[in-house]
Amino acid sequence: MTKIRLATIWFAGCAGCHMSFLDMDEWLFELTKHVDIVFSPALADPKEYPDNVDVCLIEGAIGNEEHLELIQEIRQKTKIVASLGDCAVTSNVSGLRNKYGSAEPVLERTYFELADLQPQLPYDKEGVLPKLLDRVYPIHEVVPVDLFIPGCPPEADRIIAAIEPLLQNQQPVMAGRKMIKFG
Amino acid sequence: MSVKTLTINGELISARAGDTILQAAKDNGIYIPTLCHLEGLSDIGACRMCMVEVEGINKLLSACVTEVAEGMVVATNTEKLKEYRRMNMELIFAEGNHTCAVCVANSNCELQDTAVAVGMEHTRFSYRFPDRGVDLSHPQFGIDRNRCILCTRCVRVCDEIEGAHVWDIANRGEEAEIVSGLNQPWGEVDACTACGKCVNACPTGAISYKGSSVAVMQRDRGRIPFLAAAREKQQWTR
Ligand code: SF4
Ligand code: SF4
Ligand code: SF4
Repeated sequence: MTKIRLATIWFAGCAGCHMSFLDMDEWLFELTKHVDIVFSPALADPKEYPDNVDVCLIEGAIGNEEHLELIQEIRQKTKIVASLGDCAVTSNVSGLRNKYGSAEPVLERTYFELADLQPQLPYDKEGVLPKLLDRVYPIHEVVPVDLFIPGCPPEADRIIAAIEPLLQNQQPVMAGRKMIKFG
Repeated sequence: MSVKTLTINGELISARAGDTILQAAKDNGIYIPTLCHLEGLSDIGACRMCMVEVEGINKLLSACVTEVAEGMVVATNTEKLKEYRRMNMELIFAEGNHTCAVCVANSNCELQDTAVAVGMEHTRFSYRFPDRGVDLSHPQFGIDRNRCILCTRCVRVCDEIEGAHVWDIANRGEEAEIVSGLNQPWGEVDACTACGKCVNACPTGAISYKGSSVAVMQRDRGRIPFLAAAREKQQWTR
């Protein structure tokens, strides 16, 4: 049996969803029987997103220019794109700044008002850090998403219940409190 | 007491004349989701979650404000209703700012529960991210309008049960918001008796006890129905 090519990616999020992923504990051994992890900030770290990925779990919202570019590439190269966690599904805490209408007030506060030494923007030097977008987007507002796994973070059991059917080429049933409660 | 016989989801049931479809359904163990309805308060059909189909009427009716009638044929859970309810729920979420992860009501929220009940695992509408205010001027309670769904349960409980009428809705459309007194800070409204009824009535994390942190807000959900039953039916104990 050919193994499923699994990727995970971490955009504007706190790593909590990846923590929860690792929290699947011994089920990770079960998982590795069925999948090759081909790209993941937590488990495998090639610099380029590979071709022909079967499933990509996405933590975090689209918050900067790099995310915006990479998500397009991911969508093109991936069969099933899954939003993992509230930031990916709703923009959640990452999107709290959206009510200001632009990234400016947040940058101003963080890098000038609260700066002790050398107030300056982190991307004064072009190309070092990607620029923040003026609005943080849930993944499905940018590219089509095939599966939504809400939760902040989604508990390990919920992640297992969501991806186990995928290993059998089936669509999981995302319904009921255990599977879809936000927060 | 006159009785009406009607059908809900194919089941023949009888209800008291004057009862709403919602009441009749509830008495017969049929679940219809609601948000703005609270036992003991008047019904206004604001949230549209309880929409049902009634044979011979080509628009959807709110079960909480539609009286039962003899021979009525009601459906509460058709595919069409399920889709509309979910869409309604998505619009409610997209309209305000619901960041459950950092909300006082997380895991104790009727809005969140109802979202689960209608199967909403994401919102297809773009979030509006409105910039609404937070008012912490009251010594005991606070209101975060970002989480308000304009159900007016606070307005009605304060007016109908407490008799203080602190709350109202100001403005229209997307500008609509709950205001206290004459659009004053809550803490400056002399009419407020600090009874806490609005705190117990609010289905979301909008009105809360001051000092509540994430997911710790607990309400006494039975208190308002109890007070109403005490007044109307002289039932003095719970
Ligand atoms: S009010 Fe309810 S739905 Fe809104 S953020 Fe709080 S817990 Fe979530
Ligand atoms: S605490 Fe009581 S009197 Fe004050 S606003 Fe709430 S319901 Fe009205
Ligand atoms: S503050 Fe609470 S009770 Fe009042 S309208 Fe908003 S959600 Fe409803």
